[in-house]
Amino acid sequence: MSAPVYNFAYLDEQTKRMIRRAILKAIAIPGYQVPFASREMPMPYGWGTGGVQVTAAIIGPDDVLKVIDQGSDDTTNAVSIRKFFAKTAGVRTTTRTDEATVIQTRHRIPETPLNERQVLVYQVPIPEPLRFLEPRETETRVMHALADYGVMHVKLYEDIARHGHIATTYAYPVKVDGRYVMDPSPTPKFDNPKMSKCAALQLFGAGREKRIYAIPPYTEVVSLDFEDHPFERYRYDGICALCGSNESFLDEVVVDDHGGRMFVCSDTDYCEHRRGSPANPRSDNTPHCRSAIR
Amino acid sequence: MMQQDADRPLLVAEGLSKWYGGRLGCRDVSFAIYPGEVMAVVGESGSGKSTLLQMLSCQLDPSNGRVLYRTRDGATRDLATLGEAERRFLFRTDWGYVHQDPAAGLRMTVSAGANVGERLMAVGWRHYGHIRRTAGDWLGRVEIDDSRIDEAPASYSGGMRQRLQIARNLVTRPRLVFMDEPTGGLDVSVQARLLDLLRGLVAELSLAAIIVTHDLAVARLLSHRTMVMKGGDVIEIGLTDQVLEDPREAYTQLLVSSILPP
Repeated sequence: MSAPVYNFAYLDEQTKRMIRRAILKAIAIPGYQVPFASREMPMPYGWGTGGVQVTAAIIGPDDVLKVIDQGSDDTTNAVSIRKFFAKTAGVRTTTRTDEATVIQTRHRIPETPLNERQVLVYQVPIPEPLRFLEPRETETRVMHALADYGVMHVKLYEDIARHGHIATTYAYPVKVDGRYVMDPSPTPKFDNPKMSKCAALQLFGAGREKRIYAIPPYTEVVSLDFEDHPFERYRYDGICALCGSNESFLDEVVVDDHGGRMFVCSDTDYCEHRRGSPANPRSDNTPHCRSAIR
Repeated sequence: MMQQDADRPLLVAEGLSKWYGGRLGCRDVSFAIYPGEVMAVVGESGSGKSTLLQMLSCQLDPSNGRVLYRTRDGATRDLATLGEAERRFLFRTDWGYVHQDPAAGLRMTVSAGANVGERLMAVGWRHYGHIRRTAGDWLGRVEIDDSRIDEAPASYSGGMRQRLQIARNLVTRPRLVFMDEPTGGLDVSVQARLLDLLRGLVAELSLAAIIVTHDLAVARLLSHRTMVMKGGDVIEIGLTDQVLEDPREAYTQLLVSSILPP
């Protein structure tokens, strides 16, 4: 025997079919969590095993893959998943949002608006929005089935009672297509409005919990709130130290040992694009803004 | 119209029986309860009181018999034919259920205000200010200081927790409340205060209530009618005064005579 030869995109064809069936069902029932037979992947749970399986099931040889972790293309998780698919599927990878056809993400939605040719794949740690309010899985399923979502507002009520405003800043619950309440994965609530009426298909994969859910293109996604405490986007009030954007979601970066810090775009591709640096889509070794500021 | 409504029973139990395999839970219980009426179910441990209460409140399917309930739209429905969604709706609007252990009926980790407001949010209230004001009103009515609205019930005393549980149940103005030993586990002075409060609320809201208790004092103070159970059977049912002052059955006589003289 020679060296191991992987099937295209690592998973065998039967597994991919099984995942695709789950994806189709998820698209048919927006926001509903479809169980699937999640496989063990060559990476630990919490590193995006769900997202990787969804990507493996939908990716084709002509696709261009972008992987981001917290908005950034050059963190370990993003780099290794990109390498994984470059190796097992031989697909072209990129860091440019507008070039990619499949974008796997952890914690962010790109600042650049997505289009109809694109699919956004989320890595989801905890798919159940009711988990910390109702620990019984049998009960949460019934609650979803009956749209019995009053308890979701109890959590928001608690936020306002304690902090004077809705202090939930990530994994902010949303209602999809007027029916299912969904956990948008730990994206900042800044990104919630981007999910609504998005041109791209959005798929969510939770590997450990074995659930897939989806938001079809142009589906209405509403963040839960109160009439007198409406949903608000949260963004640190400042501009990116590198590109000067006052619209993008900012990361705080500590730059020295004396308390020095700067705020930069969390979406590295967006930041780079604004600064007009030469596009370098194919290479994984291009220095991005994180490395540039050191 | 109102008069007519008050003349028709709110809840009717017809031949309710429950067998746990070969063991009897309770047998052939029939009665009707009218709007604004309070009925006490008394009896020793294992006499089938809790089984009966669970069957009446849809938490346990009877082996035989049925429970009819007149909903707010005036229709009388067999509870067994209600869908799960309708049952839940009934439970959080028209019914209340006060558990013996407040921890079973409360969310211990969220604030008192949210505990009271939960039912309102579940029926579609989406205005924080209104929810909070209503919750505050109800805390006042059950004699909990408004300044403690943001504290979790974990920081409350046993009596306060029980009062909070009552407020949480009454906030949607139910017509029927089930109570399972509401004063169990409380010391005597707290019990007296709670009973006083309950008596006031029941009269004020003209609540119908079914109270399961082994404490005859609770039955005497709160209820209009009393049902005595023993070994799964109802052995005596009648006006509370009558049952407690002039008990017919030997067991009831024993029960009444076993109250310690004050």
